[in-house]
Amino acid sequence: MAFNLTVDGTAYSVDVPADMPLLWVLRDELGLTGTKYGCGISACGACTVQIDGQAVRSCVLPISDLSGEVTTIEGLGTPENLATIQQSWIDHQVAQCGYCQPGQIMQAAAFLAENPFPTNQDIDTAMAGNLCRCGTYPRIRAAIKDAARQMRGG
Amino acid sequence: MGRAGKIARRTFLIGSAAIAGGVAFGVYKLNQTPENPLVAGDGQSILNPYILIDQTGITIITPRAEMGQGVHTSLAAMVAEELDVRWQDIRVEHGPPGAAYANDVLAKSALLIKDFEPRSNLLLKVEDNLAKAPKVFGMQLTGGSSTTADGYHKMRLAGATARQVLIEAAAKRWGGDPAELQTHDGVVISSSGKTATYTDLAAEAALIEPPQGIPLKPKSEWRYLGTSMPRVDMVSKSTGTAQYGIDTRLDGMLFASIKTNPRLGGPMISFDATAAKSQPGVRKIVDLGNGVAVIATNTWLAMQALELIDFTWGDAPYPAESAEINATIAKAFEARANTTLRNDGDPDEVLSNANPDEIITAEYSAAYLAHAAMEPLNATALFEGDKLTIWSGNQAPVYTRQKVAKAVDLPRDQVTLITPLIGGSFGRRLEFDYSIIAARIAREMPGTAIKTTWSREQDMTHDFYRPAAIARFRGLMSDTGPIVFDGKLATQSAVQSFAGRLAGLPVFGPDRVLVEGMYDQPYGIANYRVAGHIADLDLPVGFWRSVGNSHNGFFHECFMDELATANDLDPLAMRLRLMQGVHAPSAKVLERVAAMAGWTGKSGKNIGRGVAFTYSWGTPTAQIVEVRDTPNGIRITKVWAAVDVGVALDPRNIQAQVMSGIIYGLSAAMMGEITFSDGQVEQTNFPDYDALRMDNSPDIAVEVLENKDRITGIGEPGVPPAMPALANALYDLTGKRARSLPLNQHFDFA
Ligand code: FES
Ligand code: FES
Repeated sequence: MAFNLTVDGTAYSVDVPADMPLLWVLRDELGLTGTKYGCGISACGACTVQIDGQAVRSCVLPISDLSGEVTTIEGLGTPENLATIQQSWIDHQVAQCGYCQPGQIMQAAAFLAENPFPTNQDIDTAMAGNLCRCGTYPRIRAAIKDAARQMRGG
Repeated sequence: MGRAGKIARRTFLIGSAAIAGGVAFGVYKLNQTPENPLVAGDGQSILNPYILIDQTGITIITPRAEMGQGVHTSLAAMVAEELDVRWQDIRVEHGPPGAAYANDVLAKSALLIKDFEPRSNLLLKVEDNLAKAPKVFGMQLTGGSSTTADGYHKMRLAGATARQVLIEAAAKRWGGDPAELQTHDGVVISSSGKTATYTDLAAEAALIEPPQGIPLKPKSEWRYLGTSMPRVDMVSKSTGTAQYGIDTRLDGMLFASIKTNPRLGGPMISFDATAAKSQPGVRKIVDLGNGVAVIATNTWLAMQALELIDFTWGDAPYPAESAEINATIAKAFEARANTTLRNDGDPDEVLSNANPDEIITAEYSAAYLAHAAMEPLNATALFEGDKLTIWSGNQAPVYTRQKVAKAVDLPRDQVTLITPLIGGSFGRRLEFDYSIIAARIAREMPGTAIKTTWSREQDMTHDFYRPAAIARFRGLMSDTGPIVFDGKLATQSAVQSFAGRLAGLPVFGPDRVLVEGMYDQPYGIANYRVAGHIADLDLPVGFWRSVGNSHNGFFHECFMDELATANDLDPLAMRLRLMQGVHAPSAKVLERVAAMAGWTGKSGKNIGRGVAFTYSWGTPTAQIVEVRDTPNGIRITKVWAAVDVGVALDPRNIQAQVMSGIIYGLSAAMMGEITFSDGQVEQTNFPDYDALRMDNSPDIAVEVLENKDRITGIGEPGVPPAMPALANALYDLTGKRARSLPLNQHFDFA
């Protein structure tokens, strides 16, 4: 079946079965590999993208259920034009293997857009679905707090 | 494709007709200098196996895989420091397989010694000879927390020697004495102010015979080393542009996934793929012998089609249930010990004369564990009749290429192996199974690149697990500390399991790794014995971050805590007394962590604190864990750690590695467990094999000391003490001594 979708501001059309998860449309059909496969069952957050600004696990979203514009890590910012949160990730040297980080960053960015004054508790709750096997949590926490400060303009 | 990859591939395309430029430096103190595995392409100059210069800049070739530990940055900093280039002007790439890239430090770790003891001259000679072995046996391995120590001399020397030939090239061009010339940020400068860039001089420099014995900068002149450098992979990893193996994209590529017998090592009796064949996008079904691959136009379509295949699996070569497996491990105590590497005094004699009521005994156990790296196993291969190219994130390139070549009946030099960034490994990617499978699948469709991705379920249920282990202890105390510490261990040998896969034959012999973390701890106890027994089980086990230390650190340090608390001694003060006169840097990390945590030996209401120490991979590491009772259960609130790496090249990265090790260790201690039923692993995905998350991970403080005389690594040493420190803290909080892992079987965590 043919589906139309908009990813990072670009319109695409794909011909895939209706139940194919968005993750695999992005990765294998469109070649947008920034979004990662980790578990396929919404248990790790590696595949997190934003749909109209909301964080969504793309591994369990059938393409037929997609409505809204998709933003992936590649669309959030680029090495030449970093989003505030990406700059904060770099300032705090968060990534180790880095594989979970696109999902962490997409989750954090969506969360901060809704909650500019997060408490530690808020951060914990918002980020608990994103697994990092390298254990970068202490630095993710610091980077989120710093990004929140900067996004508030302070 | 990466630049180094291109170079390596070109090597095989144009062979010896390649432009000569590879002059190996006298970096290797070897009888025979291994061939430089790099071959220069048009306009490129290779100054040694680690440095490639062309018009676009300077590429540092690192011989080790970047899987999160930051080694591409640390190794590049070593070269850049001596080469004298700007940090932003360098690129870093993983090198091809090559004997020149062998890991000397890891080879030395095969010795049956206690690492903390001073080395005799004879021992140093033996170590030197061992360091030559890896070139012969292809030990280009990333592991054993060895990368920094292994690279410390050779990468700096490569940079210094390259700088010197660049200076000589400029001297030749301008006429005059090289000693009059200086360098600054990638430019050679004459006393009269003439300048030439390294990129401009590279072609001439490559023709100059590299000098020997170039002096290295003293520490006081370092500008990169000893400083926290921005990681070279940080921007790409924060923008989704980092290319992992799983992100490999090639023209016209197809996607595959596999299912193999969930009874590990068992055969496939039959399968029926009728329904799978007609699924959308499915191109081919491949019989792998012990399983099946589906090749399709999309990874998910391949995974879906696999679900429609009916399999009949044969039995596993090990007992079907966990209880029987554990009983088999315990049986190993009945046979002769494989080693008794600690054997001080006479524990039997002292205990036979002791009051039996005063002898403290305990049995501990730890579960099988999966590696569960975030990036599921995968590899991409392109088979073209007489040659094969494979993109595989791996920790053992020479072995991987050798195994892949054999699997597809090609000579080794017809296989090109490219090692992309790795999304976590923790030891799993020392294995070659996933590379072999990808190559075999690609052979079924010559001319088409095929990426084979394992589902999380296939990855978790087909690991080479950290073996389960059992330890039995007897101890006897005086008023100030233990006078008998008698431990024996039973577990499977990861070394023999791996070596068997590598050699294709059973491997025997004394296994040091089995008992590491238990026999080699810097404590002076009059009657101190550690014996290792190998369990005879044909269940695939492998190297899991910190290897033997991962269970032995827990056993040893929990029993140490039992001995102390049984006699109302402060467990930290008791350890310090035992270290006196044995290894001062170890005592210092313990003192440091006590100061960091404000250790008083007393913890407040609803608070528990535990301490542990493990000397692993040459790096003494002490940790204190704090837990709190909350209305929702027990929380791990804080961890303090002090480590000594001898020379701290990148303090911020060292801290990151220690934090990572602590969270990895605490995750395993709290909830990590692989169990078997019907011969199959029962845990299949993160919900049943989870790890710490943001909301239950502690604050962590790390301090790095430099009191040792030797540089050592940090990828693993953070792991072992985290587990016993947690168990000891839980004892302090609850009065309940948990002697088996995972701890969530004994306590309710928040
Ligand atoms: S891959 Fe989607 S949550 Fe894990
Ligand atoms: S950085 Fe490796 S999994 Fe998060």
